[in-house]
Amino acid sequence: MWQYIARRFTYMVFTVWIISLITFAVIQLPPGDYVTTIVSQMINSGMEDLPPDFEQQIREQYGLDQPMVVQYYKWLRNIIVDGKFGYSFVYRKDAKDIILERLPVSFAISGFSVLFIWAVALPIGIYSAVKQYSLADYLVTFIGFIGLAVPSFLFALVLMFFSYKYMDRAMIGLFSREYETAPWSLNKFLDLVKHLGIPVIIIGTAGTAGLIRTMRANLLDELNKPYVDTARSKGLSERALLWKYPVRHALNPFISTVGWILPSLIAGELIVSVVLNLPTSGPVIYNSLLTQDMYVAAGAILILSSMTVIGTFISDLLLAWLDPRVRLH
Amino acid sequence: MDVTLKEQVFEQSSSSGSNAPVAETEEERRLEVATQWQLMWWKFRKHRLAMFSTGILFTYYFVAIFAEFFAPWTRTQYIAEYVYVPPQPIHFFDDGKFDPYVKGLTFERDPRSFKKIWTIDQKSKIEIGLFVKGSEYKIGLHWLPIPYINNLFFTTDRHLIGAKDPTQPMYLMGADKSGRDIFSRLVYSTRISLSVGLVGVALSLTLGISLGGLSGLFGGWIDNIIQRLIEVVMSVPDLPIMLAIAAAVPLDWPIERVYFIITIIIALRSWTGLARVVRGKFLSLREDDFILASRLDGASQGRLIFRHMLPSFYSHIIASLTLALPHMILAETALSFLGLGLRPPAVSWGVMLQDTQKVAVIALYPWLLWPAAAVILVVLAFNFLGDGLRDAADPY
Repeated sequence: MWQYIARRFTYMVFTVWIISLITFAVIQLPPGDYVTTIVSQMINSGMEDLPPDFEQQIREQYGLDQPMVVQYYKWLRNIIVDGKFGYSFVYRKDAKDIILERLPVSFAISGFSVLFIWAVALPIGIYSAVKQYSLADYLVTFIGFIGLAVPSFLFALVLMFFSYKYMDRAMIGLFSREYETAPWSLNKFLDLVKHLGIPVIIIGTAGTAGLIRTMRANLLDELNKPYVDTARSKGLSERALLWKYPVRHALNPFISTVGWILPSLIAGELIVSVVLNLPTSGPVIYNSLLTQDMYVAAGAILILSSMTVIGTFISDLLLAWLDPRVRLH
Repeated sequence: MDVTLKEQVFEQSSSSGSNAPVAETEEERRLEVATQWQLMWWKFRKHRLAMFSTGILFTYYFVAIFAEFFAPWTRTQYIAEYVYVPPQPIHFFDDGKFDPYVKGLTFERDPRSFKKIWTIDQKSKIEIGLFVKGSEYKIGLHWLPIPYINNLFFTTDRHLIGAKDPTQPMYLMGADKSGRDIFSRLVYSTRISLSVGLVGVALSLTLGISLGGLSGLFGGWIDNIIQRLIEVVMSVPDLPIMLAIAAAVPLDWPIERVYFIITIIIALRSWTGLARVVRGKFLSLREDDFILASRLDGASQGRLIFRHMLPSFYSHIIASLTLALPHMILAETALSFLGLGLRPPAVSWGVMLQDTQKVAVIALYPWLLWPAAAVILVVLAFNFLGDGLRDAADPY
């Protein structure tokens, strides 16, 4: 077991490092940098008599004139040693503050989405496996297909239209007006939970549909095994027969899928947040990419991706703990 | 139905082995001599939804190829006056006589902004017809960069449907913010949105088969490295990275280059699934008896791979590709929707949906959501088709 944990841990660290490389490289891709943007903005707003070495000065000030490897090294070192993610050129404060302000909401949404997916997929998956080829089963399969096919942001658009048309209220934002700027309190948290419903459903639908299908398939495999017939022939009640072994066996994907659901949840959360104007890290990434606020974009992408990888790591461990066979692979 | 087919196949294979004189029905005999592809086709045919989806997809691609003919207008044509015109549905009968027409338009001034607000005018009538004259276009191979062959085209100005008087408005799905016909743009965008998927699939097919093949064939440290690479790619949330790369595309690039880059970005994400399928197949096939037999016969490595191993799981590859296509279409739509993918004047479903980012716009002009319906339908169809293909891929 320890060997397994150590190996998975090494993979995880390696993955996070690769992600940091990719992130940094990708953020550096656009031609020019933030300084170019500022300078062109200043020229556009009438400040044409800038000193000739003005650009050079700002670059030196922010260390943007150094070679890429050095910049990467400093960036990574600052994150690991001091927990600093650099400076936001747009907001004029630490990138960390901007990211940390939004991140908890992102995690709340993703976390609630996972819970939602589990809570819905488990009973429906079991039901449609037990009543295979029943009307309800076909219905679930069909809805599941639609849930998989409709991308979350389109779903959000359509829901938004209906809520606007029939409920006289656009469901955008995550807080009621009175709590928007209020400091965190129990009431504000409850208000948040109330508003989370719609985004969680939108983000969780695709994952739910996928998990129902996996659950159904797995449980069907189990139910057709001889030990189930044996148990039945010995007079075990159908209920006990179902819950005692087959369901427990089929539960594995619930843990293992967290790994592959998380990336898509994060992606879904990002785009849905942009559509519904939720104060999560999604719009921050989106806007910072548009304005080339590179340290904010890089920091947010790095943290989100790392959290996904860590989530996957934890789900691997849980799975190994639940299912001894996994440890041996 | 699937079960009976399987049982029949199973029964007759075991009976032919034991040489017992079993009376065979016509059906059984047919199954015995059928090729693998025939069996697959028979099995696929039974998946009704998949058959239906095939029809839908054929229609989509047909429309995409002959977009100029199906679209009443070109994709940039507009009448500046008709901003946000509501859809004008087709009425087929007038006074019990077959005479298709759409109702005309009328407007009021918004009391505050003085903008025109268009509504359907119940009284006026605009006659429409089939094969009406419109803008001129070419059909044929004129777009191929090969001399002589690209002379094979003809020019026409007929469009499938349109107002008999071309100056009259006919907005079957309404108009957008600059008075362009949403239906025409939808038809044109089918071309780009669907082809992104095809080009992307071709790219990820190449990557997936070569990397997955290497991994499965050689094993050892090559396998280990490629597997780690796949794991990394799969565990990275794709959208932020895709956004970051897409945001880096310079604004002044020509459309074709942006299109190509976006396709590559999308394909870079989706080859992993295929690589895993290919690797798994190679791993299990490597140990199979028929591979061993041909190896003992002295078949070369290349012959083993391309003559014996690959053909035995073509069908699985095709099924995986069909299931990968909708993801690519969706990825392009999402990127363009956020304004980081294709950009005007290119027109794809995502580009059209850019206008719907604000809730106020959707509330007032819900017909702008038509491209969403097109996306959902095509993605559903691909999913059903892929499902049917996956079932049929293993007909025994």
